[in-house]
Amino acid sequence: MGFLFHIGRYFLLMKRAFSKPEKLKVYVKQFFFEVDNIGVSSLGIITIISFFMGGVITIQAAYSLTSPLIPLYAVGFTTRESMILEFSPTIISLILAGKVGGNIASEIGSMRISEQIDALEIMGVNSASFLILPKVLAGIFINPFLIAISMFLGIFGGYVMGVATGACTSYEYIFGIQAFFVPWKLTYAFLKTAIFGGIITSVAAYHGYYTQGGALEVGKSSTKAVVYGSILILVANFLITQIFFVQ
Amino acid sequence: MIEIKNISKSFGNHKVIDDVSFTLQPGKTNLIIGESGSGKTTILKMMVGLHHIDSGQIIYDDTIFSELNEKQMQEFRKDIGMLFQGGALFDSMTVEENIAFPLKMFTNLSDIEINERVNFCLEKVRLHDRNNLYPAELSGGMKKRASLARAISSNPKYLFCDEPNSGLDPKTSIVIDELIHELTVEFNMTTVIITHDMNSVMQIGENVMFLYQGKKWWEGDKQTILSANNKELLDFVYAADFLKKTNPNKNL
Repeated sequence: MGFLFHIGRYFLLMKRAFSKPEKLKVYVKQFFFEVDNIGVSSLGIITIISFFMGGVITIQAAYSLTSPLIPLYAVGFTTRESMILEFSPTIISLILAGKVGGNIASEIGSMRISEQIDALEIMGVNSASFLILPKVLAGIFINPFLIAISMFLGIFGGYVMGVATGACTSYEYIFGIQAFFVPWKLTYAFLKTAIFGGIITSVAAYHGYYTQGGALEVGKSSTKAVVYGSILILVANFLITQIFFVQ
Repeated sequence: MIEIKNISKSFGNHKVIDDVSFTLQPGKTNLIIGESGSGKTTILKMMVGLHHIDSGQIIYDDTIFSELNEKQMQEFRKDIGMLFQGGALFDSMTVEENIAFPLKMFTNLSDIEINERVNFCLEKVRLHDRNNLYPAELSGGMKKRASLARAISSNPKYLFCDEPNSGLDPKTSIVIDELIHELTVEFNMTTVIITHDMNSVMQIGENVMFLYQGKKWWEGDKQTILSANNKELLDFVYAADFLKKTNPNKNL
């Protein structure tokens, strides 16, 4: 029953959050602030993780594909497919669920326990809309850009490390990343990425918004935001993949 | 004028407010006093719609506030200013931005007009030289004053103060009390203060309501409170031993 209670309360909160803003100008400003807060501040960690993971995938692929029947350009192909289909959209989103989700839950949770949300309500502001709507929209908007950067850096990292370690040649790798390219896979990747952006921000905001108690509960809300956000990303990933690939 | 008619509130099986009725006078500082846990803050939160009431009515002038829907309540709250116990200033904004926030949100004033209004409010609370500081850089008293400036920035008809003196030294408490009283008179607001500070009662208590175990126990003003024939009230008023010695009615 607790599970159903949370689902119901989550959708009611989202209904309040997606109601008409009191003043569009203030919300637009807040949206761009959140784009910077969620997106630009996550670039560092995404750059490092994507570059090295691309490199590792390339090296592992090169040393796993030992059969003479498999051409070496398969290394580039494997790196591209891994980065575009799973690593960048899903794993980076899981990392963002930790970084961004934890941050949002603790920020809103702290506002709740220090009565800042009550202060918004007393002023006549729809606190759910003011605090959650810009974050969710920013998450949906900026996540595909972050993932596109991650895809590029992962493939580039694979090239640099593959060539530097002698796992493959430059020609083979570049040929591999162009081979058998199916554009709709990018559509699939970006679509699920945008959905993950919405999940990360809305689930974190939900847990932060309903924080009760003190600092300990803010910590718990933050943990719940990461755990449930990650689980929902994996479930959504499964469902979207099923829809796209089983036709 | 704010009328509270037979309101009750329970959390689970625990009745926190039990059939309380009283009237709060316009243009005056109305104090709700009582021990910790007597239901003062719950009443305040019900009066501003942060807690739903189980039964009864809350009436602001001609509006039955407790019967408004969420949207109407949100609209009505634009006439309400509130000073929270901890200040509740927005951490990410400077003092100036905090005060300007309701104006930017609900008015079509230009930046210059908003700036003028912010400076006016800061002058009123004597905080004009701290406008660019963040809440974390302010002392407890300054936070309360900044919060008060934010509460009055949109010219509210009703001002609610939740324990405005908590955590402050006696001298700063007097400053805050005087400030609230001054603003109440100047802007002709209906001010409601929740407190257990007897200094405040004796200083600005024009209409005082004593709450005991969720019930209204006594109503009067600062002139009549010391001689009231009410054991629980006098136990509260003369809580400190040295004050008991000054109690004119030692039999109670």
